[in-house]
Amino acid sequence: MWRQARWDEDLIQRKPRYGSGPLIPYEDEFRDVSISIPENIIRRSHTGLPDLPEIEVVRHFIRLSQMSYGVDVGPVPLGSCTMKYNPKISDLISMDTRITYLHPLQDPDTVQGILEIIYTVERWLSEITGMDRCSFQPPAGAAGELAGALMILKYHRDRGENRDEMLIPDSAHGTNPASAAMAGFKVIRLPTSSRGTVDLDALRSVVSSKTAGAMLTNPNTLGVFEDEILEISRIVHGSGGLLYYDGANLNGIMGIARPGDMGFDIVHLNLHKTFATPHGGGGPGGGVVCARGSLVDYLPRPLIAYDGRRFYWDYECKKCIGRISAFYGNIIPVIRTFIYIASLSSEGLREVAEVSVINTNYFIKKIMEKPYYILPYDPQKPRKHEVVISAKKILSDTGVSTEDIAKALLDRGLHAPTIYFPLIVEEALMIEFTETETRESIDLYAKALIEIAEEAYRNPGILKKTPENTSVRRLDYVRANHPKTLAPSLKILRSLGENI
Amino acid sequence: MYHPWIPNSDPEIKKSMLEYIGKSFEDLVSDIPEEVRLRRPLKVGFGRPLSENEIEILIDKILSKNKVFIDPPSFLGGGVCMHAIPYVVRYLLLRGEIYTAYTPYQAEINQGLMQALFEYQSMLAELYGVDIVNASMYDVSTAVAEAFRMAMRVSKRRGVLVPRIMNPFIENVVRTWIEPVGGFIIRYEITESNSIRIIDSVSEKEVGGIYLENPSFLGEVIEKPEIIGEYARDKKMLFIVNAEPLSLGILKPPGEYGADIIVGNGASLGVGLNYGGPSLGILGIRMDQELLRQLPGRLIGFTREADGSGKGFAMILQTREQHIRRERATSNITTNSALEAFAAAVYLSYIGDKGLRRLGESILRRTAYLRERIESDLRDRAEIASKARLFFREIPVRFLRRDYREISRELIERGIHGGFYIGDLISGIGNTALFCVTEIHSRDHIDLLIRSLREVA
Repeated sequence: MWRQARWDEDLIQRKPRYGSGPLIPYEDEFRDVSISIPENIIRRSHTGLPDLPEIEVVRHFIRLSQMSYGVDVGPVPLGSCTMKYNPKISDLISMDTRITYLHPLQDPDTVQGILEIIYTVERWLSEITGMDRCSFQPPAGAAGELAGALMILKYHRDRGENRDEMLIPDSAHGTNPASAAMAGFKVIRLPTSSRGTVDLDALRSVVSSKTAGAMLTNPNTLGVFEDEILEISRIVHGSGGLLYYDGANLNGIMGIARPGDMGFDIVHLNLHKTFATPHGGGGPGGGVVCARGSLVDYLPRPLIAYDGRRFYWDYECKKCIGRISAFYGNIIPVIRTFIYIASLSSEGLREVAEVSVINTNYFIKKIMEKPYYILPYDPQKPRKHEVVISAKKILSDTGVSTEDIAKALLDRGLHAPTIYFPLIVEEALMIEFTETETRESIDLYAKALIEIAEEAYRNPGILKKTPENTSVRRLDYVRANHPKTLAPSLKILRSLGENI
Repeated sequence: MYHPWIPNSDPEIKKSMLEYIGKSFEDLVSDIPEEVRLRRPLKVGFGRPLSENEIEILIDKILSKNKVFIDPPSFLGGGVCMHAIPYVVRYLLLRGEIYTAYTPYQAEINQGLMQALFEYQSMLAELYGVDIVNASMYDVSTAVAEAFRMAMRVSKRRGVLVPRIMNPFIENVVRTWIEPVGGFIIRYEITESNSIRIIDSVSEKEVGGIYLENPSFLGEVIEKPEIIGEYARDKKMLFIVNAEPLSLGILKPPGEYGADIIVGNGASLGVGLNYGGPSLGILGIRMDQELLRQLPGRLIGFTREADGSGKGFAMILQTREQHIRRERATSNITTNSALEAFAAAVYLSYIGDKGLRRLGESILRRTAYLRERIESDLRDRAEIASKARLFFREIPVRFLRRDYREISRELIERGIHGGFYIGDLISGIGNTALFCVTEIHSRDHIDLLIRSLREVA
């Protein structure tokens, strides 16, 4: 039986105080320099920081890590998140001080190495996506979407057209509508047909001279390839709109098909998904935004450049949307991407896509052997990088919800899939193994899901009490969110008189 | 092929899995139209899969083309400076359970990560003197952009006042993020008589927020920040303060002089420079329901187990976020800088209350020392390009004889990376560079810089 560590670990701010902190370099050398700080701006209040010897800091965070779960612990088949193995060579090389100590404003002649890597990766990603140029400015995928939406906005404005509608499928990631809205667009929802793809009639009925563009992912969040993509492209382009590609699901088609060949004008990639950068508990990401043709002019600047002798940043910005983040984006994921592609090469990238598709369809076959879960939208259609199954039959038969199933998986040492997404599938479980899970772990996962379903029919009450083997049992989410008990900081917790 | 990162690429396993599925791989991709199928290998990589050892050699060869300035450390400023990254932080960062975790959507299995983020939120909130800090933004520039958008939403006004000299790297990003939805910035300055003067002509009715950088882009410690706080309260504007976290052990936190929204650059908290990113943006608010509803980004809250017993942590107020609220979300942010927030939590725990006070004071003294040496030893060559009395970490130096860009090149030839030239970024400031000194600059390092400047400036 799997058990997660359960330390009764107090908040670090509440630990006993010691000493006066770490050694500060050359501290004594400046004692004789006098400074006068005006009285009214001197800090009198406590900083809220603990005072601990180094060993206690280490123990605290090691204990916290033991109460956490990542891909290095077990499978994390969160659909649309592409939680693959993160190669250890990249972890250690990306800590090289010749990377971490580089100041973004260093003289370009002193950073030729890092610029060479960025230049090379840009060429590779352009090739993989079928785009002409890429900008690394966006620090995450959503920032890439914002960049893309702003590029579309500016493109139309420059042509004197007032197009304020963005078409987005109802199966899309929440970031798509949020990014479009941030750029000022009105979001028009595209329904999904019974085939699991964009409903073409509905698309035809909403495109107009107000259409700025459409934001799609392909394969979509159901794991289904939009096989009418060329027709979608004709319809959107025919109305004068542009096609934006959300790269979150690129993993299943890398080396097999390219967004550029499907008619997309702008693409964003998530280096932290497809290119094996760890998610770090929620970030950092590595967003890249690529474009082709005249859209290249709109990419956020600077772009990397090479004049045959040296690499440099090209700031020229006649039509560009400006800057999305302060410097050049998140560079460490770019270095990890370099290592990843160098290790896999062309045939390896294609193998990534092949195996992730095989893993998905292997799992589908396994889980469909039993009658518990439903595969909505054309079950005959092969899925790509991921699959969405529904537990609505289990819920209506037994009262056990998808959330209960998720918690029961945790009890078996397996991370739950993405649940209740996409919103168009009732009691959705969205599962993506990626290419890095073994056949055994897929078998184990399918077996666990089937066992949980059987348990639901046998003894549903037990599942409502899960998880028991995790660091804490099921939490009180109502209390966490209730205005009277809401406590996002220790300061507020103290003011509530909470005795922790 | 077989690759160790793709276990089922073993031809035997792959074959048996396809047999079980009852389809060929071509069957599985038969729905991809032939017109979009790529029927050639991608032109990427180096012709074949490289082994670890080959990659190591390749990377070493490339990285050796970078020059890292450690002894002496670079004197580059511009809002980011070189700081020590404690080994404790680097070591703990690589803990696989944290490093390779996803956003903690399943709270029960990710308590450790969430407790660390709660501790981060709590430490930063007290450090800045506010009540709530979110679980991180990408970097300081996007944090400021989001703060401006918040001010626009809450006040329902489109303008934000910014100081006459604002960090231009932040300003560029803010413009990209607010202008397409009608947002604009207007400049103000604090006059000699300690009042606020709006430089551009604009009706105050259009202004929803006022923004302060403390220390300023030029490293100036603002002596009377409370004046702006009072002005903001008086005019019903939101007061947004961007303060350097390392200064807050000795300088009054923004919450104590009236900040409604605080912003910070967490890069100095053990995160490192990373050639600009990954970085860490700090964003927080005083407790106010409207501000809380409009706060972007993830928040971790305290709770208990469902039966009321043990303590626990969970993501809260997710109804503000894009995965639930979609186009009506406060922001599109989802991936953030959680790992950097974790690093900052470790850093702040390591440095501690007393350490941060000593560190802040030490940086103030070093900045004062650099200033003294410039004023005494470079009197005929350079001057301080500001009238401020107190500088923290950075100082603007105007060169009187030679173009600073030439000076900088000659310094680099001597193995010294001097300050960051801002003459083309800030109008009217002249031939000026921002020099930064932190805890990793010794007296010898600073003396060497001054001696060298005497020779080349």
